[in-house]
Amino acid sequence: MAATMTQENGLRKAFPLLLPAYAWLTLAIFLPLSAMVYFSLLTSMSPSEQSSSLTLENYAAFFSDPLYVTLLLRSLRLGLVVTLICILVGFPAAYVLAKIFKGRAREAIFLLVILPFWSNSLVRVFSWSMVLREGGILDTALNSILPFEVTFDLMYSYPAVVIGLVHSYLPYMVLTCYLSLQAIDDALIEAARSLGASRLTTLRRVVAPLALPGVLAGSALIFIPVVGSFMEPRILGGRGGTLYGTVIEDQFTAVYNWPLGAALSFILLAVVLVILLVSAPVLRKTA
Amino acid sequence: MIRTPAFLSGLGRFYIGLVLLFLYLPLAIMAAMSFNVSPFYQLPFEGTTEWYLALSGNDSLIEASLNSLKIAVLTTIIATILGTAASLALFRYDFAGKRVIQSLLFPPIAIPWLISGTAMLIFFFGTGIGRGLHAILLGHVALALPYVIIVVSARLATFSRDLEDAAASLGASSWQTTWKVTLPCIAPGIVAGALFAFAVSFDQFVISYFLATPGQTTLPVEIYAAIRKGFTPEINAVSTIIILFSMGLMLVVSRFFRFGGSQ
Repeated sequence: MAATMTQENGLRKAFPLLLPAYAWLTLAIFLPLSAMVYFSLLTSMSPSEQSSSLTLENYAAFFSDPLYVTLLLRSLRLGLVVTLICILVGFPAAYVLAKIFKGRAREAIFLLVILPFWSNSLVRVFSWSMVLREGGILDTALNSILPFEVTFDLMYSYPAVVIGLVHSYLPYMVLTCYLSLQAIDDALIEAARSLGASRLTTLRRVVAPLALPGVLAGSALIFIPVVGSFMEPRILGGRGGTLYGTVIEDQFTAVYNWPLGAALSFILLAVVLVILLVSAPVLRKTA
Repeated sequence: MIRTPAFLSGLGRFYIGLVLLFLYLPLAIMAAMSFNVSPFYQLPFEGTTEWYLALSGNDSLIEASLNSLKIAVLTTIIATILGTAASLALFRYDFAGKRVIQSLLFPPIAIPWLISGTAMLIFFFGTGIGRGLHAILLGHVALALPYVIIVVSARLATFSRDLEDAAASLGASSWQTTWKVTLPCIAPGIVAGALFAFAVSFDQFVISYFLATPGQTTLPVEIYAAIRKGFTPEINAVSTIIILFSMGLMLVVSRFFRFGGSQ
């Protein structure tokens, strides 16, 4: 009884402080998302036309045209590839950072790893175009070392998109892995070693399971935006960089079929949510 | 203390070096190329400041930069005030549905920007809010708010309620307690949250891209347009400037707020 009294009282006092922030979030995030769902049910039209009726044809378009499904699968595969590479590169880096470096050196290097993350992602992706193109730095460097002539031109290709995305999102993985690795008591590792476990066994049986939440958190933080990426494939992928995200962008900036774009966006959101829900029990079990 | 054999720790250090090289090499090359004579990034390298001079005469890039700064400053002010107020409410009071309120902070961070950006475009267009700098500001504040609330709340978690109670028992009004006790104690968290908000807004591309109009645009949107039109070496110059600017800013943040560092 007393508890509910203070709770009601708490809400009354908290309300005026919370209202501005949450009203803003409602206006700029939650209402737009609801509007998108509604819009996805309208017949195709240009934004200026007023006559439109409710329909499911935009969703039917997704399922009837194999192109959309193919592109969605392509984007999901890209998300998977980028996430896996980030784990393979980022986990060892986080391990070295958490368990080998100490004190100020560790702090400085940690800062260096996450610093690029806070600089403009567009510019970082763009910077790769100078490295990867024919006659670019990598090409010139390889040709000056190798005795034979090679043409090295990764620009406007799938690998270029993967490299650019890994570069963009790697700091996330190092950050989350580092946080969970750092929380592991060194005594646990020492105990495993003194009981005769090899380094590899210790890593596999002690460190890896304890660090799993960090790996999974990093994976979610990387997978979701990569599946929806459109700027990176546009800049680095060229013509071959058509993905689900670029098709959505086209609906809003080139084709002006907003209802179809809204439906495609909403399907992407639903797919991402389903993947998160399916992996949630795994996450909870390991956490 | 775990002892790692010297060769393994050496290997580890070498590996970190490689990762840092991967992260910084393209940026270093871009910076170098912004001083290269050839507009097509041809080697050998020949130094010039021509592109920086060209930049100073590029009115549309300068206007877009000023817009970016203006929006980032406004976003910082609004998001910091609203976010700090919300953090205080979440810290002080207990009420039904608090967990739901807290979990509502995650959609703006977790939903791909492509989806939030297009949703804002639809909603702002449909309701007559329209596109342009005001719409971009609306979106940026919404993206920055969760970061401010999370950072300020983290700082509040280390603040003791006893101090507020002590101030109250000594006769301070709740307003005085907030201004003279609570806010000064959590000031580093507020500063860090504000700088986060600035960085989120200043570097934001996707949301701005969908909400910009030809005359009312921000620097990243202008850079994207230039990249897609073809290579202009001025873009290298302006990119180098904003990369240095953002990274410098985050170095300042790191002095106020340790990103889960050693402690």
